[in-house]
Amino acid sequence: MAEPAAHPDTAPGRATNAGPGRLLIGVYSLFAVAAGARATVQIATRFDDAPVAYTLSAVAAVIYLVAAVGLARGGAGGRRLAFTCCAVELAGVLAVGTASLIWPEAFPDATVWSLYGVGYGFVPLVLPVLGLLWLRRTAPPTPPTSA
Amino acid sequence: MARVNGPLATVVIFAALALAAWCGITALLNRPPGRPHEAGAAVVELGLVALTALTVVEIIGGERPAEPAIFVGYLITTLALLPAGVIMARMEPTRWGSVILGGAALVLPVLILRLQQVYG
Repeated sequence: MAEPAAHPDTAPGRATNAGPGRLLIGVYSLFAVAAGARATVQIATRFDDAPVAYTLSAVAAVIYLVAAVGLARGGAGGRRLAFTCCAVELAGVLAVGTASLIWPEAFPDATVWSLYGVGYGFVPLVLPVLGLLWLRRTAPPTPPTSA
Repeated sequence: MARVNGPLATVVIFAALALAAWCGITALLNRPPGRPHEAGAAVVELGLVALTALTVVEIIGGERPAEPAIFVGYLITTLALLPAGVIMARMEPTRWGSVILGGAALVLPVLILRLQQVYG
């Protein structure tokens, strides 16, 4: 994975939306569509069966979408947005994954985050970690002064 | 047996896997995807369009997917995936463009399997 100087866009902080970043944006978009479509169908047809699970799916879809937008926009604002989303996502997948193990009856129907995202090849667990690593890797070299 | 579960679907799945492997090798060689990769994606997409046409004929003929709304949703996603992958790969003319197209080709078989499950 050594690819220094693959991109000319180095300082100050590499672009978040080029190279591996574009792959991340693609995967985030795909998951926004997957979770969003799933939540839409579930909420429209049988919300009362598992309101918690379906609401969570919808929330996850929004977070994936906002993360994709944050990475695509880049800059300090986009970076902060993406960081927040990745952090919430990681917390969400860990919390929901653990909760669905301990209280399976609270999750009668699966969400993207159930059992740490097993239904989606654990990508929901890996994705926020990759996102955070990417944000760190592309971060500006020195802490920016307030300017 | 429904068309989505038929031999054409199997052919498309293996074609997509071949495309994914090809893009993976291209990425390992540190190259962006070129015209041949896009042509390969077009061939896989043509197979998908043919599969869709057969399924639509079947539905007009009176058959119904077990979960129609979800089936149509997956069908649209499946058809849009490779074109979206090619567009994003063109925006990224590096090895990562190859990873993007290969990734899309790798997700495609999963979507086809889901289509088959949802059709019932």
